[in-house]
Amino acid sequence: MTATLRPSPSACPACAAAPAAEVVAARGEVDAAQIALSLPTVHCAACISKIERALNADPRVTSARVNLTLKRASIDAAPDVTALEMAALVEGLGYEAHELDAGTLNATATDKAGRDLLMRLAVAGFASMNVMLLSVAVWSGAEAATRDLFHWISAAIALPTIAFAGQPFFRNAWAALSNRQLNMDVPITLAILLAVVTSLWETALSGEHAYFDAALTLTFFLLAGRYLDHRTRAIARSAAEELTALEVPRATRLVDDEEEEVMLADLAVGDLVLVRPGGRMPVDGEIISGMSELDRSLLTGETLPVLAEPGQAVSAGEVNLTGPLTIRATAVGADTSLHQMADLVAIAESGRSRYTSLADKAAKLYAPGVHILSALSFLGWHLYSGDVRVALNIAAAVLIITCPCALGLAVPAVTTAASGRLFRRGMLVKDATALERLAEVDTVVFDKTGTLTAGTPELTNLADLPRKSLGIAYALAQGSSHPLARAINQAARQAGIAMAKVEAITEVPGYGTKGQWDGREVRLGRASWTGAEALPVTATYLGVEGSDPTALTFSDRLRDGAEEAVTALQESGKEVYLMSGDTTPAVEDLANRLGIRHWLAEALPADKSARIQDLTSKGAKVLMVGDGLNDTAALTAAHVSISPATALDAARVASDIVLLGNDLSPVAAGCKTAEAATRRIRENFRIATLYNVIAVPLAVIGLATPLIAALAMSTSSITVSLNALRLR
Amino acid sequence: MNVLAYLIPISLLLGSVGLIAFVYTVRSNQYDDPEGDSRRILSDEYDERPKK
Repeated sequence: MTATLRPSPSACPACAAAPAAEVVAARGEVDAAQIALSLPTVHCAACISKIERALNADPRVTSARVNLTLKRASIDAAPDVTALEMAALVEGLGYEAHELDAGTLNATATDKAGRDLLMRLAVAGFASMNVMLLSVAVWSGAEAATRDLFHWISAAIALPTIAFAGQPFFRNAWAALSNRQLNMDVPITLAILLAVVTSLWETALSGEHAYFDAALTLTFFLLAGRYLDHRTRAIARSAAEELTALEVPRATRLVDDEEEEVMLADLAVGDLVLVRPGGRMPVDGEIISGMSELDRSLLTGETLPVLAEPGQAVSAGEVNLTGPLTIRATAVGADTSLHQMADLVAIAESGRSRYTSLADKAAKLYAPGVHILSALSFLGWHLYSGDVRVALNIAAAVLIITCPCALGLAVPAVTTAASGRLFRRGMLVKDATALERLAEVDTVVFDKTGTLTAGTPELTNLADLPRKSLGIAYALAQGSSHPLARAINQAARQAGIAMAKVEAITEVPGYGTKGQWDGREVRLGRASWTGAEALPVTATYLGVEGSDPTALTFSDRLRDGAEEAVTALQESGKEVYLMSGDTTPAVEDLANRLGIRHWLAEALPADKSARIQDLTSKGAKVLMVGDGLNDTAALTAAHVSISPATALDAARVASDIVLLGNDLSPVAAGCKTAEAATRRIRENFRIATLYNVIAVPLAVIGLATPLIAALAMSTSSITVSLNALRLR
Repeated sequence: MNVLAYLIPISLLLGSVGLIAFVYTVRSNQYDDPEGDSRRILSDEYDERPKK
């Protein structure tokens, strides 16, 4: 992130010469006077005041506020202030700061739906408590006029409350009915409405039983379930959004040899775009000038960098490694190959929605059963007593007693507890049914590059090399920021190698670095450039004038926790597969190191998803863990999918769960938690059913009173919630 | 029993005061940063009202 920090437009020398450029550069900021920064390291009261004081001290800043919960700062500032300046200011204080794309964040900045549910929950809570107080008076023996008065007051509170707080259920039920379907909300709506109508009727006739309290408590508990459910998903969504917002869609455009920062959306075909080392290609294009190497691992899974020279085509998403490149855009925005691949995923997505969640399965069994039972008791009592009022009262009692209160809480209470637990371990559950699907998994497919491996190379033959060569390589590696050079640097420093005296070190982008040692020219870089024969593994070569070149070989470093994750998954009886777009020797080597028996190398994106579909058709429930664009189709085809936070945006969107840390070990633990959560959900369903088995016969034979209904409802809801909490 | 004529309206009134106060706190974004707010109490700087 910091490597791509750019001087502010107003400070850039080119802008002083060309005022027009400044206008263009500033235009992107006019609508973004609201700046958001991600501050992953803030943690205390002192941090808050230190950062806020520093930001507010800048005269151009109108207000700055740190949000510790979201670990984010929002800044209102004059239009010419850039987020990069602000990030630099905060980093100067010793805190990590990353710019967040305000556009992505603002899209759902305020959680309107959540606030709406919370309001309704509050109103329902207020009303149910008041009505419950009045009902207690009735249950403890209020008679005649007093009872009627209490019933009427209850009605006065209950009717407007139900009309307001019950709306989410009424709307959902109506939507389901107009599609000729039944969902959980239909019996809920029917129970609430029937309870209110019969209670009003009873009250008007000075009857003994009114169910206003039951109708309100029912609404309250159900809203609580809905709110929990919503919050869990809102937290996951905002964290996922933050990951996306960290990749600010900005590019450097060259106009008449002058650089300007533009938003990605403003790029057009034919524009010249400058991509610095470490930067990601923003568009598809052709290289006009510059020599470098490209890392295509996110697109293809290859670990070996590819030489980039003028005339070569590049695709969006590739990472430029060594030298600056100027490319002419041939496709932008939605036309880039990156986007087209991501679109394929959107099409494949529809397949997954076929999964029916446990809650839906329960509703399918439950809703018709309840309706039939209630209708039968109405008919039976009507025939038996000939009194519509009695029959209707009993039908309402049956509906209320069987109310899916506990059923409504059974799933959200557990998923909230489980998602919270996984979130603390660094797993972000994005999809509502992901946990249930994760629990069914029996086959795990891993991608190699960037998933099982960290994507950073590690020197492997350090011990075999003469110390003199290492010293030269160490010195030459200083001159480059290429990943292989950095790996040599690190390995040599750890091994305590003395640096050789190499002078006049220059980097030749695309080839390597060269210098003068002992009067001879020394080169570190590509095989062809150093006169070496290329090996089939990742390697760089050291060429010393007048002697044979030496190869320094590398392997990809394992991601933290990869070994534990694979072992734990295999121990829990799951089949583990490795599928990669990388070369056979590299994949075979890794598979042997991790003890994975089934592996597939040089796989095209289509091969991966075909293999997964093949496994699925044999009855396996596949968990796919992958990070690259070449994995997206496979991620979507799998039963459930996980991607690391370092993955390409498209891959993160396609997966159900995102791993936030660098560690891979939560994958195995996540499967265990998911299995425990599903077990709890089933237990909860059984508890809810048990209550119904006891209470329903009472209701059907006409013995249920509002007191029994209230007791059954509260105890079942509380038991279910407590059972969910046991998960922690 | 006449005491009910006062007590019931009073209890409803107090309840609605609580409800209105809650609605106000939600509307004015007071639940956006629970963690930060609990730490800000330790800060010496005078912060008279939550900025948006």
